[in-house]
Amino acid sequence: MKNLKQVLLDKLANNFNISNESTQECQGDLTIVIPKEKLLDICTFLRDDFELSFDMCKDVVGVDYNRHEYRFEVVYNLYSLKNKFRFLLKVKVDESNIHIPSVVDIWPGANWPEREVYDFFGIIFDRHPDLRRIYMPEEFEYFPLRKEFPLMGIHGSIPLPYK
Amino acid sequence: MGIIEREGFFTTKLETLINWTRKNSLWPMPMGLSCCAIEMMSFAGPRFDVSRFGSEVFRFSPRQSDVMIVAGTTTYKMAKVVRKIYDQMPDPKWVISMGACASSGGMYRTYSVVQGIDLFLPVDIYVAGCPPRSDSVLKALLQLQEKIQRGETFVQTKKGTIET
Repeated sequence: MKNLKQVLLDKLANNFNISNESTQECQGDLTIVIPKEKLLDICTFLRDDFELSFDMCKDVVGVDYNRHEYRFEVVYNLYSLKNKFRFLLKVKVDESNIHIPSVVDIWPGANWPEREVYDFFGIIFDRHPDLRRIYMPEEFEYFPLRKEFPLMGIHGSIPLPYK
Repeated sequence: MGIIEREGFFTTKLETLINWTRKNSLWPMPMGLSCCAIEMMSFAGPRFDVSRFGSEVFRFSPRQSDVMIVAGTTTYKMAKVVRKIYDQMPDPKWVISMGACASSGGMYRTYSVVQGIDLFLPVDIYVAGCPPRSDSVLKALLQLQEKIQRGETFVQTKKGTIET
């Protein structure tokens, strides 16, 4: 039986032209960086391909690297129940164009994690069915996990009840 | 009647009598928000047995409670709910702030956690600890009983302000 990692990399290289340079492995965690335009196609392929069948989107998280180009990253933690194989799919997002296609149509379980990333980083998931804040109060105006947000918050931004 | 005649009688103030009855039937409103709630359950359970002091009836309805035990990390989002439940409790009512998080924010010195529930609630007793042992909560309850017997209470006026 062929190594599933090699199968995955070969299929991505053949079908989507993903080079090996965008792949890295650290402590057994395989990471593949893909361009944003190909996200939906690649995700659909990963789910529907019989051999790979990445049928589970475990988590969607955001990262703020606080750099000029491609400030944010969205990381998809994908798992194949059939092959017991996991890898991380990364998509870079620029601050000037802070939109990314939603993968809720592919994995419905990504609904709440995407809302969480929106809540904390302000990354807008296009075609998400219900993109509201999930943890912070709905009238909150800031994105608290961005690097410029002060640790103790902005005074008076969340009102307390009267005493 | 004969027994009562032989034992005699005693006089007291009505206020003292009422305070005595109040302090011995403090029904808690368990506002368990995080891990302190586990210690609060143990405080109600058979090992620490708060029923010795008349507080075994944990009412999950604020309408039937006298003392709210805020046990755990209070976030800004939850603060509105805590305040609403406090407002729904009938007077006279008391608040025990249980644990470091409820009293001062504890180790959560961050934007989402209220740095002490006394920012939006009148607190009678603070309990230190992370989480406090159940006997600390018992001690807090006993101190609250002494406070009630002395007649010190917060009274809520119609405007929503608190007076002692």
